[in-house]
Amino acid sequence: MPQDPAERRVTVTGPPRRGPRPRAYYRPRTEIDEQTTLGHTYVRSLMRTQLRAALTGFAVLALLIGPLPLLFAALPGARRLEWAVLGFALYAPLVVLARWYVRRAERNERDFVRLVEDR
Amino acid sequence: MNSSYAVPAVALVVVATVLVGAFGLRVSRTTSDFYVASRTVGPRLNAAAISGEYLSAASFLGIAGLVLVQGPDMLWYPVGYTAGYLVLLLFVAAPLRRSGAYTLPDFAEARLASQAVRRLAGAFVVGVGWLYLLPQLQGAGLTLTVLTDAPDWLGGVIVAAVVTATVAAGGMRSITFVQAFQYWLKLTALLVPALFLILAWQADGAPSRAFDEPAAFREQRTVRVEDGLTLRLDRPLTVEAHGTVDGRRHAGTRLHLPAGPHRIAAGTRLTFAAGTSVPAATAHGADDALSPSRAESRTERPLYATYGLIVATFLGTMGLPHVVVRFYTSPHGVAARRTTVAVLALIGAFYLLPPVYGALGRLYAPELTLTGDADAAVLLLPGRMIGGVGGDLLGALVAGGAFAAFLSTVSGLTMAVAGVLTQDVLPTRGVRHFRLGTVLAMAVPLAASVLVGGLPVADAVGLAFAVSASSFCPLLVLGIWWRRLTPPGAAAGMLVGGGSALLAVAATMAGSPGPGAPHALLAWPALWSVPLGFLTMVLVSLATPGRVPAGTAAILARFHLPEELHTQDLSREAAAS
Repeated sequence: MPQDPAERRVTVTGPPRRGPRPRAYYRPRTEIDEQTTLGHTYVRSLMRTQLRAALTGFAVLALLIGPLPLLFAALPGARRLEWAVLGFALYAPLVVLARWYVRRAERNERDFVRLVEDR
Repeated sequence: MNSSYAVPAVALVVVATVLVGAFGLRVSRTTSDFYVASRTVGPRLNAAAISGEYLSAASFLGIAGLVLVQGPDMLWYPVGYTAGYLVLLLFVAAPLRRSGAYTLPDFAEARLASQAVRRLAGAFVVGVGWLYLLPQLQGAGLTLTVLTDAPDWLGGVIVAAVVTATVAAGGMRSITFVQAFQYWLKLTALLVPALFLILAWQADGAPSRAFDEPAAFREQRTVRVEDGLTLRLDRPLTVEAHGTVDGRRHAGTRLHLPAGPHRIAAGTRLTFAAGTSVPAATAHGADDALSPSRAESRTERPLYATYGLIVATFLGTMGLPHVVVRFYTSPHGVAARRTTVAVLALIGAFYLLPPVYGALGRLYAPELTLTGDADAAVLLLPGRMIGGVGGDLLGALVAGGAFAAFLSTVSGLTMAVAGVLTQDVLPTRGVRHFRLGTVLAMAVPLAASVLVGGLPVADAVGLAFAVSASSFCPLLVLGIWWRRLTPPGAAAGMLVGGGSALLAVAATMAGSPGPGAPHALLAWPALWSVPLGFLTMVLVSLATPGRVPAGTAAILARFHLPEELHTQDLSREAAAS
């Protein structure tokens, strides 16, 4: 074997280190990655806030739509109202509700990322 | 109707579809391209594609026809089709994308790690897909028949052939281009004629009787009854008849029919005076058994049916196989949400138009109620109201749009059904087997549409929604938000909810019970079958707590965590595989 010192040189590689190692261990992000009980608690809290946003949106939708058939049945003379509401007026509120929900869901996610990345 | 412009228009749409599809074929190279367009479709293109795929013949022709026959109650259909996307956005959109599932069976397997649940979900996807394909092919047949007097089955065969060729050749990427193109085509094809029709209506003095109940003839009009029907009069009617009424022959006699049912034989011509209100009618043919709602007048249509329709469409949208597949083409969960908002705006804008046609149809073509061609109202109105070359050209534009509607929905559904057939039924995966799956996915509904015939388009679609709402909605919602869902629970819920809805649909189609409450319960199953599906899924899951899949916590974390948090996970998985 050749004993040239240049050939015995070896490069040692490892995972890139960001900051002091012991501190990273306590970061929530690691808890989630390692699937500890604490990590699950973080995920659960995110799911709960997201579910609350979804259920709020659904409740608004139900309150908006639910009474309409009863209303139209109670007012058989108001055919023009039924044409106007069902044929035209309902679509814009649906889009507005969707936009509100997306904003809120994205904000929840941003808050969560900020929390677990410890920023 | 003059077909000298309409036939070239339809041909143009078909050729354009094939060409745009071929353009996609050149870009579509890898297997990933083929199935999901390599997950790189941006929100705008994807939203137009989703909308183009979603706006089916039921939206394009069926809604106007139903509104024409039954009045504004039927506007719940477009409202439900739109709101269904909102419910999908609230509960399903982002987690479904993050689950990485391409089809509903993939989702079931990823979440529950059970081959049995996967197969069951696959069976329901194929069932719902075929139930939804059938009316599309029949609508195509009807359109071509109205335009050219071609036989019923020809339109369906043309659509089936074009779609099978495009899907088998180009897969999802080409379909994305085709769908996006077809959304704008459909919007134009309905918007431009609608503007001209509104101008014609204004020039006519803007009569507003269309909004009153019931629709009435504006001028003396003679109606030829093609198939025998029963008029159900709630007030006496004076009419001039040539033919057989209540078993007696008449030759141009003026009849005073008292309130109650009256049988009109096939081939009879009835002449109604101006101002007469259009009577409610039931066809004698086989198709009245298939349509729970078409012939019912307002008084016989209980509040229950309206709520059943609302539940079916609001909750059924998320389970439609061609809708779910599209979400996988978004690059990430946030894009999936934004795409859904854009879709809501696009389809909401589109649905402003069918009511216009329905209202104008009640004014200018009320006799379509009696001839059984109400679905053709959108096609016939330009010729009826404007006439001349202008009317023919606008009619041709509408006909082209209608064909775009058939092509886009059918290709999306075929794609989804073929995907399931390829992965779960046919032996090995790969592009060649996907092509075989495509042919199979199309052959069954095509054969059924040729054999069965005569299904009112929007109603049949409503049945597909009911089955989807009672099987896939519980699976998706509980699968995404509830930790304790077990494979036996999911299977039982899908079988009980979806199965009972399917049976109710089959019983309605076979025409078993007569009028009254049992009929309404079967014709609009969603109101009881959806809670039944949810309840079964929850109770059986709670009864089998030992069967909660081991990785549930990790899987739910993947569904709900923003992508930036699990990029590491993904790269680790990629390195491992």
